[in-house]
Amino acid sequence: MTKTLRYLKPYRGTVAAGLVLKFIGAVAELFLPLLLEYIINDVAINTELSSETRIRLIIYLGLIMLGCSLVALLGNIFANRLTVKSSGNMTHDLRYDLFSKTSYLNSKQVDEFGVPSLISRLTSDSYYVNQMVARTLRLGVRAPILILGGIILAFWRDAVLACVLLACVPLVGLTIFFITRKSVPVYFKVQHKQDDMVRDMQENVTGVRVIKALNKSEYETEKFDDLVKELAAEEFRANKIMSISNPLATLILNLGLVAVIVVGAVRGNMPGTVLAFLQYFVIILNAMIALSKIFVVISRGSASAARIEKVLDTDVSELIEDKPLGDEKYKIQFNNVSFSYNGVKENLKNINFAIKPGQMLGIIGATGSGKSTIINLMMRFYDVGGGAIFIDGKDVKSYSSKELRRKFGVAFQNDFLMAASIRENIDYGRGLTDEEINAAIDAAQAREFVDSVGGLNYSLAQKANNISGGQKQRLLVARALAGSPEIVVLDDSSSALDYGTDAALRKALSKIQGATFVIVAQRISSIKNADHILVLDDGEIIGQGTHDELKVSCAEYAMIYSTQMGDEDGKI
Amino acid sequence: MARYNVNDTRSIKGRKVDKKFVFVHLLRYLKPFWPILCLVFLANIASTMLSLVGPKLCGLAIDLIDPKGGTDFTKIIYYAIILIGVYALSAILEYLSAIGMSYVSRGTVKRMRSEVFAHLSKLPVSFFDGRQAGDIISVLSYDIDTVGESLANDVMIVLKSGVLIVGSLIMMLTIAPMLVLVFAVTVPLSIVMTRFIVGKVQPLFRKRSAKLGELNGFVEEITTGQKTTRAYGCEEKIISDFEVKNREAVDAYAKAEYYGTISGPSVGLINNISLTLVSVFGALMFMRGTISPGQISSFILYSRKFSGPINEIANIMGEFQSAIAAAERVFRVLEEDPEPADAERAEILMDVKGDVEIDHLNFGYVKDKTIIHDFSLSVESGQVVAIVGHTGAGKTTIINLLMRFYDQDGGSICIDGHDTRGLTRASVRRAFTMVLQDTWLFAGSVYDNIAYGNPSATREDVVRVCKAAKIHSFIERLPQGYDTILSENAVNISKGQKQLLTIARAMLVDSPMLILDEATSNVDTRTEQIIQDAMKELMKGKTCFVIAHRLSTIKAADKILVMRDGDVVEQGTHDTLIASGGYYSELYYSQFETV
Repeated sequence: MTKTLRYLKPYRGTVAAGLVLKFIGAVAELFLPLLLEYIINDVAINTELSSETRIRLIIYLGLIMLGCSLVALLGNIFANRLTVKSSGNMTHDLRYDLFSKTSYLNSKQVDEFGVPSLISRLTSDSYYVNQMVARTLRLGVRAPILILGGIILAFWRDAVLACVLLACVPLVGLTIFFITRKSVPVYFKVQHKQDDMVRDMQENVTGVRVIKALNKSEYETEKFDDLVKELAAEEFRANKIMSISNPLATLILNLGLVAVIVVGAVRGNMPGTVLAFLQYFVIILNAMIALSKIFVVISRGSASAARIEKVLDTDVSELIEDKPLGDEKYKIQFNNVSFSYNGVKENLKNINFAIKPGQMLGIIGATGSGKSTIINLMMRFYDVGGGAIFIDGKDVKSYSSKELRRKFGVAFQNDFLMAASIRENIDYGRGLTDEEINAAIDAAQAREFVDSVGGLNYSLAQKANNISGGQKQRLLVARALAGSPEIVVLDDSSSALDYGTDAALRKALSKIQGATFVIVAQRISSIKNADHILVLDDGEIIGQGTHDELKVSCAEYAMIYSTQMGDEDGKI
Repeated sequence: MARYNVNDTRSIKGRKVDKKFVFVHLLRYLKPFWPILCLVFLANIASTMLSLVGPKLCGLAIDLIDPKGGTDFTKIIYYAIILIGVYALSAILEYLSAIGMSYVSRGTVKRMRSEVFAHLSKLPVSFFDGRQAGDIISVLSYDIDTVGESLANDVMIVLKSGVLIVGSLIMMLTIAPMLVLVFAVTVPLSIVMTRFIVGKVQPLFRKRSAKLGELNGFVEEITTGQKTTRAYGCEEKIISDFEVKNREAVDAYAKAEYYGTISGPSVGLINNISLTLVSVFGALMFMRGTISPGQISSFILYSRKFSGPINEIANIMGEFQSAIAAAERVFRVLEEDPEPADAERAEILMDVKGDVEIDHLNFGYVKDKTIIHDFSLSVESGQVVAIVGHTGAGKTTIINLLMRFYDQDGGSICIDGHDTRGLTRASVRRAFTMVLQDTWLFAGSVYDNIAYGNPSATREDVVRVCKAAKIHSFIERLPQGYDTILSENAVNISKGQKQLLTIARAMLVDSPMLILDEATSNVDTRTEQIIQDAMKELMKGKTCFVIAHRLSTIKAADKILVMRDGDVVEQGTHDTLIASGGYYSELYYSQFETV
């Protein structure tokens, strides 16, 4: 957690000022019962003073009390202002660094953390850290001061009465502790049941057609009823435990009050003293309740801080090596490339191929056969396990990632679009002109659709939910084509397109001059005109060549071909 | 399929809440609990009143203390014992009433969930098509929870606060009516202050969560697409976009939090002011002999009980409001019209041959916007009908009508000569088996998922269809075979395998007619081959309606329906359609156009 807390360092002046103000406010509040005691014990009852002096003194003391109240208020408010400011700024800095780091993680590191986990570190974990810092600064300081100050003042006034008070503090503490501890596993169960219920609802809402088609509505209703019943029972159990805490704490407090009165009577304390003690009691107990809540926040926050630090500690610097050169006449060249994601199973074995500038490479094969892996290696998202990859005759390891990737325009499989305008999505931070963007839209067969929604300024919803799968793919292709990259990579980018659009897209791609294409597809029609086709099976190339060559030389290819094209023979 | 929104749940948010509507419904739920509710209320009131006796007794005891000796100890002990009894009883009653209320609220929530769910299951498919799944789920889970929490906590707090305010006021009046005037200053002050703060803070907090939501949404999106960002090398641009949202979120946070944290110290100030005023005026009254020290201390204790709840109620009003809004969303769902009942004396379709006759059909998802015009079709038992067209051309509409997920506006659909409107929905649906593109599997064992449509199937039946669907050997290889639990993260099964499981499920239902969505775009070629074989097996001897993507299926079909912009524009066989040179031939040739 130290690394996280170091983010407070730039704001230490503000934090310190806030804490001093908090301290002043808390002390002012502690003075009130003391003044009250003084008014009653030493002024009001004191018959030695004349009544005028007494009235004057009482009013003075009252004014001092008001003053203390105001100091407590102002001290608190200004302190809060400062602590909110510092905790907010600290969260901002932490989140900024975390996001920057996440943006520069390499794919292997992303795989290790997992995308959902990275997201939750950026969202909920940073929120919990913020909560922890803010709450601790705001209450975590004030509460101990009130408790400690209250006890010190109590001892100063009357040690024996103070002992009574002191005896109650751990009692309440233990009550809160035990009940919280007992309730945690029960709440865990509640959470579990709740997840079950929500999952069941999700299934029902998404599967409404199947359920209705199979006439299973009644069955589903009964199943849901059972889940609801179980959830309600668990929740009731949790409530039964948690409901003890409030009455019990109040009871202890009240019993303490009675004890103070009895002990005070035995000891012959002045009524004002007893009264002051009753006040301390209330202050200390409220502070304890506040503290118990902070502990929960701190334990959650420190766990989050640890998760965040793990990302921050990751080294993202990239290694640029001087490597032997390859054959310069090829745009892309794979020399005996092998690779494994997890170090156990080989995902690619002895991959060899080369294509010249301006050619089109087609890759086809079963899911998991290694098609996307070839792209991952080509763009150096992962480093090869063996062999070498050359782009323009230079090993990919000798490029900086920026320099290398600038050559590419890519649409990954199931790639993403931002909740932003079509223009921003195609430009993607590259500073392209509208002319370039429009040309890409034309080529990607997205013109009709883009015009129908009102042009480049149309805003996509999150996950591009407001357009269809086919429209999404066309925008992704447009993004890959925009800005005339040297190499255009399309990974399964026409699967949601109907045949007509797919054909028009192929036609448009063939007209683009100069670019080298790498096209990964499930449909033979998408790649059959490629200059070179790789047929992959379980990480190995089992055939390469042109469509006509492969139809003869590669049995697997011929089988895929006949499956997709029906009984139609070679003449189409 | 989100083609139309009848009345989106979200639109309710903008409208004024119909409180009467909500309360009428809520009372219906609370009615069965009225004896418990009465007891709970009584226990709560009694507990609060007992706690009000405490300060008075404390004051009496304090007055008995004589620092110069001569304290009446027996009386003090007597008061102490009574105090202990009163406080203990009050605590027990408070606990009981809390448990009782939790029982009532859990029971209400339980019934509400069951009823809303049961009602949802009777709603037509159009209800689900017009809404986001998340919206419906949030009504069932979060909204109902909000209502339950409010019932369990807020109601009790309001009741308790009311008793405390009135009770402590009365007690203070009996001790020193003149001192009560102090509250003429502090109560209005506290009301004005709370109102000001709440009014100021609520919009700020709304803005804060909106900004945080924006930030989180952005993070989720960008992190998911991190590889794309790296591919295009635009990390810096993305980080600067993030920075803008980050700054906005933090600023909104600081503003809301700053005003939000004013309320604690402000309440403290009011309490301290009344303490001061009571001390000063109490001391002055003491000098004139109109009040004793014990009475002052009782008064101070009462004054805390008095001013606390006022702030509490102000805080709770906000929660009440959101609970009522949540309750309305829940009850609105109950008001939705269920699927119209089957016709009177509706017949049960039995021993289906599989002849389908569609006659002059008209249909539109939205009133007055007919998309299917005057569509007729005659299919004989065992024939295959291929439905073709672009994505979004309305291919699923035909299925919606055949399955009676939607009812046609005009014309008729007959199965074996029976008009489907005169048949029960259940029996019409039973006549079809449906295999859709989005494979629906639930969290349960592989076995349960396959046997889902046919609970009477034996283990052998299940194994038989799995073998036929070529998924048997895969299932055998799973850690627990057929008893392996399918859940989101436990077992890794591919899209293609999911598809095969749903085909196996469909084979087990074994209806005379079949509805099939052929699209397998996310499946690799080898699995596609297997799926295609499995589908062929499934289609044997059945009347089939296939949303077709494969040329071989289309060419072999007995009838082809060509869809465009929602309507059926052409029908015929492959040869006649090609010969007529219409839209179909355009579609067909575009695929084979040489590039």
